Amino acid sequence: MRLTPLFAGALLAALATSASAETITIATVNNGDMIRMQKLTGDFTARNPDIQLEWVTLEENVLRQRVTTDIATKGGQYDILTIGTYEVPIWARQGWLLPLENLGAGYDVDDLLPAIRGGLSLDGKLYAAPFYGESSMVMYRTDLMEKAGLTMPEAPTWAFIADAARKMTDRAADINGICLRGKAGWGENMAFLTATANAFGARWFDESWHPQFDQPEWKNTLQFYVDLMKDAGPAGASSNGFNENLALFQQGKCGMWIDATVAASFVTNPADSTVAGKVGFALAPDTGLGKRGNWLWAWSLAIPAGSQKAVAAEKFIAWATSKDYLALVASKEGWANVPPGTRTSLYQNPEYQAAAPFAKATLDSINAADPNNPTVKPVPYTGVQFVAIPEFQGIGTTVGQLFSAALAGQMSVDEALSQAQAATTREMTKGGYIK
Amino acid sequence: MATQQSRTLARFMMAPSVIVLLTWMIVPLALTLWFSFQNYNLLNPGMQSFAGLFNYEYFLTDPAFIQSIGNTLLLVGGVLVITVVGGIFLALLLDQPIFGQGIVRILVISPFFIMPPVAALIWKNMLMHPGYGIFARIAETFGQRPVDWFAQFPLFSIILIVAWQWLPFATLILLTALQSLSEEQKEAAEMDGANALSRFIYIILPHLARAITVVILIQTIFLLGIFAEVLVTTNGGPGYNSTNLAFLVYRTALLSFDVGGASAGGVIAVILANIVAIFLMRAVGKNLDA
Amino acid sequence: MARSVTLQKKLTFTALAWAVAFLLFFPIFWTILTSFKPEAQAIASPPVIIPSWTLENYVEVQARSDYFRHFANSVWISVGSTLIALLIAIPAAWAMAFAPTPKTKDVLMWMLSTKMMPAVGVLVPMYLLFHDFGLLDTVWGLTMVLTLINLPIVIWMLYTYFKEIPVDILEAARMDGAVLWKELVYVLVPMAVPGIASTLLLNIILAWNEAFWTINLTASKAAPLTAFISSFSSPQGLFWAKLSAASTLAIAPILVLGWLSQRQLVRGLTFGAVK
Repeated sequence: MRLTPLFAGALLAALATSASAETITIATVNNGDMIRMQKLTGDFTARNPDIQLEWVTLEENVLRQRVTTDIATKGGQYDILTIGTYEVPIWARQGWLLPLENLGAGYDVDDLLPAIRGGLSLDGKLYAAPFYGESSMVMYRTDLMEKAGLTMPEAPTWAFIADAARKMTDRAADINGICLRGKAGWGENMAFLTATANAFGARWFDESWHPQFDQPEWKNTLQFYVDLMKDAGPAGASSNGFNENLALFQQGKCGMWIDATVAASFVTNPADSTVAGKVGFALAPDTGLGKRGNWLWAWSLAIPAGSQKAVAAEKFIAWATSKDYLALVASKEGWANVPPGTRTSLYQNPEYQAAAPFAKATLDSINAADPNNPTVKPVPYTGVQFVAIPEFQGIGTTVGQLFSAALAGQMSVDEALSQAQAATTREMTKGGYIK
Repeated sequence: MATQQSRTLARFMMAPSVIVLLTWMIVPLALTLWFSFQNYNLLNPGMQSFAGLFNYEYFLTDPAFIQSIGNTLLLVGGVLVITVVGGIFLALLLDQPIFGQGIVRILVISPFFIMPPVAALIWKNMLMHPGYGIFARIAETFGQRPVDWFAQFPLFSIILIVAWQWLPFATLILLTALQSLSEEQKEAAEMDGANALSRFIYIILPHLARAITVVILIQTIFLLGIFAEVLVTTNGGPGYNSTNLAFLVYRTALLSFDVGGASAGGVIAVILANIVAIFLMRAVGKNLDA
Repeated sequence: MARSVTLQKKLTFTALAWAVAFLLFFPIFWTILTSFKPEAQAIASPPVIIPSWTLENYVEVQARSDYFRHFANSVWISVGSTLIALLIAIPAAWAMAFAPTPKTKDVLMWMLSTKMMPAVGVLVPMYLLFHDFGLLDTVWGLTMVLTLINLPIVIWMLYTYFKEIPVDILEAARMDGAVLWKELVYVLVPMAVPGIASTLLLNIILAWNEAFWTINLTASKAAPLTAFISSFSSPQGLFWAKLSAASTLAIAPILVLGWLSQRQLVRGLTFGAVK
């Protein structure tokens, strides 16, 4: 909504700047791969001397709130947005994003992993280019597994994981059998718990959008999670997100960790990780119901509709998500550090396979994720670890708080579930889903 | 003694302040009131419509609403108690002749210069983190299992952080007031043979009353809107245990992007803030009379 | 006449005061110390007291984002908004202090109450306004907002300070036939300078540390240090040392200013608490 549009001014400004060098403003998240890209942009500006780059690097939550406010009010502060598979379909449907149709001849769109490409497209048009993609998988300490007298199967069950976690736990040596997300947030504990709930046969909503937290499947999921974390999880688990768990795992304090596949390159990097040589990988666990809790996510670059610098912006996106960029990172930092999970050709590259022991596990996990058919019982929504509706950010955060409280022991599992049911029903009624 | 001329002049001199503040108050308030009666979600543009009182009803019946009011009052009250009591203690201490008074004073006032998100980040990661914080390290040294502050005592942890930031402010104002107590008064009391405690109760405390009022008033204004510390540390959780009113409005505005609901929440927050303010003025305002 | 104190008493109080001061300062001290440690050392157990004095964190922080631009924006916004606020506030505070009406106190209270509006509730309307006036991501826009936010505090501080200036002096000046502007310039200003100075300092501090509007109304060009810090808050992997370095950089300028000017700051920081 606009109060008094100033089209003329904007147009004038656009005309004035198009003659000289263009400056495009890129909003991005402060993850390692993005920061590396920021450092390597000399290659891009050398090839495109008429384009200058301005960076706005923000922590994920701040980024999301800034970028959403800006695009919804047509603020026009950014030319390129870093967003995920949750936002892309919703925003594209609102007409907020420009389709990426001029990525150039050498771009090879068909090389993008089908699952990822599907998640970033609407009606066959690509609305964002994936910078890195991820699923979730089990990362475990091979030495501790051996010590516990167990062998990790390639596709474990939750029963096995729970058993192994309890056996690996050694409080005296400060080793926790399993580290899982507990920090409240729709992209933190709810990403993990939603995906896990899928494996337990639970779902967020039935076909007529009624919340399902009052069903036994959710109770099983949450009770299992809370009990497991109490027996084998680290202290303060309810404030641990991806980062905190990564740090714990790198310090050798976790026997297992189920989280994003991108973590694989961090935990196997000897520069940061004390357990680099002792990490094994497996698919995310299931419970024999036919769904694994592996999610699908891709941090992607998109152009807001109405950008005055769409051509330059698309040039940059084509560069940052190209095969050449992968080769550039490989030449500077080694193949193990290239942004994973976007291109088929990367996984066929023998050099990559040799440098990245986690390549196969990552690819298998991504391919196994099915956002269009995520649950055992039918659902009216898409998305594995989220529900692709605009209301989910708010609802997911509220429910995440309640589940985090259950983990912290401030609330019983039943109480958390009944409050989650009530809060979600309220929001869905307001949103007009429940008639 | 003010003449007609100087009264006109006074009005003229006040005009810029009054006008800009009036604008600053009325424009956002009018916009907020307007939006509070609209169904308007940023994520569903084009669906804007008149909502009547629905947004108010929805905000007031939020499961977290009652608790958030309680948390807001606890937060403000807790910080006030710590800073006033701690401030008096520190002021009395700094008023004593000590070696290195200048440096001590610099160290004591330093927390006041730290921006709220940095303060929250420091406390969260460097001090209170259950795995890596210095508190956990100290606990480990004594063979204790580290306290998970933000999960076990979320509101208390936030009160601690905020109190740390505001303690210097209270200390400074109280110290200045204390130093204005004349030596004669102190000595006279000592001559009378009054012991330290009764000197404190009958002479020092009444003298500080006005300063305490000022501390409470100024801090309350800032503390009612505290939210950066909540956002950085607990995100209002676990559950709703550290959700205060400002954070509830934030959740509605920037997580659900419900502009109508957030506006209604904003209006409710303003009303409640004014109730607190009136109550405060009644209770302590007489101390401020010139 | 000074009270006589025994050395023992003085030593006891000194020890107590230093202990408390150290406790209060410890979080800052520890952060600064940690910023000079490599990441692994930053979270080592038992804690490392003496860092290996590496500068790598600072290098990394600067490589990621341009500290000096954020710094310059912070200076511009905080000093600019404070100066403008003073300009508007001095006449108002003067009028309220020397020509009070029965309504003066109500006006003051009303001004303070404008600070009670929760900023988050008005963000979207303000964002739309800023967008339409072309003020998004401009230092001018932010300067304006911070001026308005701090104006009530500025007025109140000045008012309480001006009120303490004895009216007799002004009367005397008037007897001498000084016209009003002379009264202001030659009599009032010199007496008010300490009060104005401390108001100035306090508001620079408050504006420097304002972390809602400064983050939400800027993108890149006008982003001050509050936005700078939010890009270091929780990246992947070990970040304790880098976060410490970024925090140190963000707070150092205002901390040093505060230390250097603490005497001036304290002198006027009474809000009328002292009679």
